[in-house]
Amino acid sequence: MTLFGRKLPALSSLILWALLWELVGRLELTFFVPPFSEVATTLVGLIPTPGFLSALGVTAAAFGAGVFFAIVIGIPVGILMGKSRVLDELLLPWVNIFLSAPLTALVPVLMVLFGFGTRTVIITTTLFAIWIIILNARAGVRQINRSLVEMARSFGASPLDAFFKVYFWAALPEILGGVRIGVIRAVKGVIIGQLLISIVGFGALFELYSSKFLMAEFWAVLIVLFGLAFALSEFLAYLERKVSYYAASRG
Amino acid sequence: MINRSLMLKLLSGLIVFGAWEIAGRVPISYAFPTFLESMSALARMTFDGSIFVAYGETLRPLVVGVAISAVLGIGLGLWIGLSKRFEWLFAPIFIVMQAAPLAALIPILVMIYGIGLTSKVFVVCIMAMPVIVLNTASAVRNTPASLKEMATSFLAADRDVLLKIILPAASPVIFSGLRLGVSAGFIGAILSELKITPTGVGDIITYSRSIADYPSMYAAIFSIILLAVLFLNLLEALENMLFEGNNRGYVSD
Amino acid sequence: MSQIKPDARHVAPATDSAVSVRNVSKVYGDVQALKDLTLDFPRGELTSLLGPSGCGKTTLLKIIAGLLPATSGEVLINGRAVNGPGPDRSFVFQDFALMPWATVLRNVAFGLELRGVAKSEREAVAEKYIAAVGLAGFEQKYPHQLSGGMRQRVGLARALSVNAEVLLLDEPFSAVDEQTRRKFQEDMLELVQKEKKTFIFVTHSIEEAVYVSDQIAILLPRPSRVSEIIRPASFRDKGVANIRRDPEYLDIVDRIWASLRNYVE
Repeated sequence: MTLFGRKLPALSSLILWALLWELVGRLELTFFVPPFSEVATTLVGLIPTPGFLSALGVTAAAFGAGVFFAIVIGIPVGILMGKSRVLDELLLPWVNIFLSAPLTALVPVLMVLFGFGTRTVIITTTLFAIWIIILNARAGVRQINRSLVEMARSFGASPLDAFFKVYFWAALPEILGGVRIGVIRAVKGVIIGQLLISIVGFGALFELYSSKFLMAEFWAVLIVLFGLAFALSEFLAYLERKVSYYAASRG
Repeated sequence: MINRSLMLKLLSGLIVFGAWEIAGRVPISYAFPTFLESMSALARMTFDGSIFVAYGETLRPLVVGVAISAVLGIGLGLWIGLSKRFEWLFAPIFIVMQAAPLAALIPILVMIYGIGLTSKVFVVCIMAMPVIVLNTASAVRNTPASLKEMATSFLAADRDVLLKIILPAASPVIFSGLRLGVSAGFIGAILSELKITPTGVGDIITYSRSIADYPSMYAAIFSIILLAVLFLNLLEALENMLFEGNNRGYVSD
Repeated sequence: MSQIKPDARHVAPATDSAVSVRNVSKVYGDVQALKDLTLDFPRGELTSLLGPSGCGKTTLLKIIAGLLPATSGEVLINGRAVNGPGPDRSFVFQDFALMPWATVLRNVAFGLELRGVAKSEREAVAEKYIAAVGLAGFEQKYPHQLSGGMRQRVGLARALSVNAEVLLLDEPFSAVDEQTRRKFQEDMLELVQKEKKTFIFVTHSIEEAVYVSDQIAILLPRPSRVSEIIRPASFRDKGVANIRRDPEYLDIVDRIWASLRNYVE
């Protein structure tokens, strides 16, 4: 939108919404919504506290590990599915099922199998992220130009060379697209896992705040969480745009 | 080579369920029943009707929430797609919501609306709405310019352009937004039953876990995933049928 | 610059213009697309706007259609100034602009549908023009079931069915293959004869412009202006098969190429 002939930056309307929040808080319409300024002050005070930092650390570690497994397992599986028709036909139905299935329902199973700890959270995160990564890597490999494959073969590339020097790079834009969506899903997965287990990371923090009705703290943590998630997704979108530029110019 | 694809599908089902059966027989964990035990638990719940009672409970917030999200979400999406001003005002909220782990709002919703149906409907709504809104908005914005120009050159009023060009052109993308919304709504519905209060299928899962009746627990989880996947596939098939080829199907009046 | 050849068939054609463009300029931001352009379109004839890409011919056509506002100057249709689209003009689009969700019949009748003509009546008119462009039997097909050439015939039938005086065609044959294109060009000549409408035809093909036009306006770019108006005189009545080897046809094609070649990047 433009105002007085100047283009307003994207997301600038969020300032307006923060002002509205402040107003609702000041009017004391509801106990559950303290003024935005109060939440912001709480936020600044809250960040250096050990409780918050440890929740953030635990969550980041579980998230990182979950995404790591999703990528390390997902990309090769996807590439193999794109290359082998039998494997593709055996696995694709399951990938599609788990892609759209409500994975939340599996968390209780993970809890009884792997305990009420970080292990379960990591597996939940991986489960949320991995399917779309597999599917995109597969799609990336399948769209590779045939002449590129034949080129590699005619120059005598070994299968391993072909895998790392041709398939991976040729499918990279699609693979990164899958990783971006996978990471966004992983953020949701890690939080859902923690909420259901409710004794680790932010899950425990939320439990604590809501039992003591600490509204400002609650909103402050939410803002940090949403802000981080959004920043992460924008950063990955930026990376993807850079790579898709190369994808467009690769012809 | 009689229907190789179907054979492979059956084979892949056999491998996975077989592996489940063997892992249960070993057993890899006291809490890991075999496939056949779980299926017989599912059959038992189906025959005594308890699973249908549970789904009646579970599907209520899902249906109400998805209905609200569809109406509100498509409305808002149209508005955002048509007006630059509203796009500036509302789009950032849904863009952030799309990326954010909205499940974290559940404790607050419970504090405000209690542990009843309202909270659960809310959870379904916040999960389902962003993708519906954003899909609708981008579908509206991406209406082919030449079609709008064509309508204008043949003297279409604004209302005609909206009803006869923009809406039909956007329908396929709006519909796939709805499907993604339903998929997210399932996640929300189950999450709210596990987190807020155990009712319906969530109750079967939680209760059978507490009394260590693992076959029933696995059966309930198996059934909800099966239900969600079947329903979403049905929607996808419907989508392909309605908008087949060059999204025909929006036939004459 | 302007050079008007005497015309054998029309005694005083230039005095009766269906469309007049008067001192039209168009500015996009810093770019001057059209500058002080004046041009007349004789009634009942086909006038081509021909020029290298970026010469503003499509812009001019859309200004005449009322789809774009002119920055200054005016367009007159039968002496009345244009502001916006009107029932006196209809448009044929380069990319066909067919609604993929509607049948051929509904696409062709769409102009009349928007004018509130009753369904049975507008479908009768549409069927007539579907037959006229050679698509009888395809009424219930969808655009994706037709070839590119057939799709543009649908676009043409839609433009004809609203019975506008002026037909505006924006590179209508550029997206169809060469053979279909030649057939289209022959059909165009017949259509101009039969329909007694004023046609304004944008093209970047020199041969096409010379083949179908009663009058060719050569536009030169940056900013766009009319550099020359050519009226082929002798070959129009010699039959579609003979035009392409008529000496005047070949002369005009050569002459236009000579004046345009410097503008091709």
